[in-house]
Amino acid sequence: MLLEYFQMIDTVEELDPDNGKIVARADVPKESPVFEGHFPGSPLVPGVLLIETMAQASGFMLLARLKFEKMPFLANVTTAKMRTFVEPSAILRVEAELEHDGSGFAKTTARISSDGKKICDSKLMFRIMPFPNETLKGNMLDRFSQISR
Amino acid sequence: MSTTFDAVAEIISETSDIPLEEITPEKNAFTDLGIDSLDFLDIAFAIDKKFGIKIPLEQWTEELNENNAEVDEYFVLSKLCDRIDEIIAAKDA
Repeated sequence: MLLEYFQMIDTVEELDPDNGKIVARADVPKESPVFEGHFPGSPLVPGVLLIETMAQASGFMLLARLKFEKMPFLANVTTAKMRTFVEPSAILRVEAELEHDGSGFAKTTARISSDGKKICDSKLMFRIMPFPNETLKGNMLDRFSQISR
Repeated sequence: MSTTFDAVAEIISETSDIPLEEITPEKNAFTDLGIDSLDFLDIAFAIDKKFGIKIPLEQWTEELNENNAEVDEYFVLSKLCDRIDEIIAAKDA
């Protein structure tokens, strides 16, 4: 994870776009500028970044499902539960599943665990829209290629 | 027997926190009830689930953007329910 660059997913370990499933790995860095403020003397990954991590796992699954013809944008965090703290150097397992494939939108459920322990879970909704430009599309394809096994 | 309108009105009321008595067939979901496009996605999701269909929102939006349709044609509730009934009938055919 590069928290300050919002690069949350390190590796896609399992991907089944037809059935709407993904399992990814995210390695929390030992050090990050984020930890200087959150919190001084007691570094923890901010909950909003855990939500972002679940959204990105969902997003890569949806991108693969859409064959990169359209882009999912996070539109609604329907629920999000932060069950325990995440400290530096934690190794996270991020799972997401398609709950509903609508017309122009999608709903997913996602969760993060570490060493078999539940960290957080959420229900998310995405708007499915055209890529705003080819640069973003190219960057998403490059990023997906980097994290795919 | 519950009609499509009854079911849709209940979904709108629950999703958008609008009193059920304010939701009548001649109302436009956006201009009369003040529902925005994000809230409407939740409504579409609930309708899809309730009726086992997929409301073609992308197609409708495209037609509206290309001025090939009026908002009322899809989003006045009586017409929305007619569309839903058509989609259900096509699915069951």
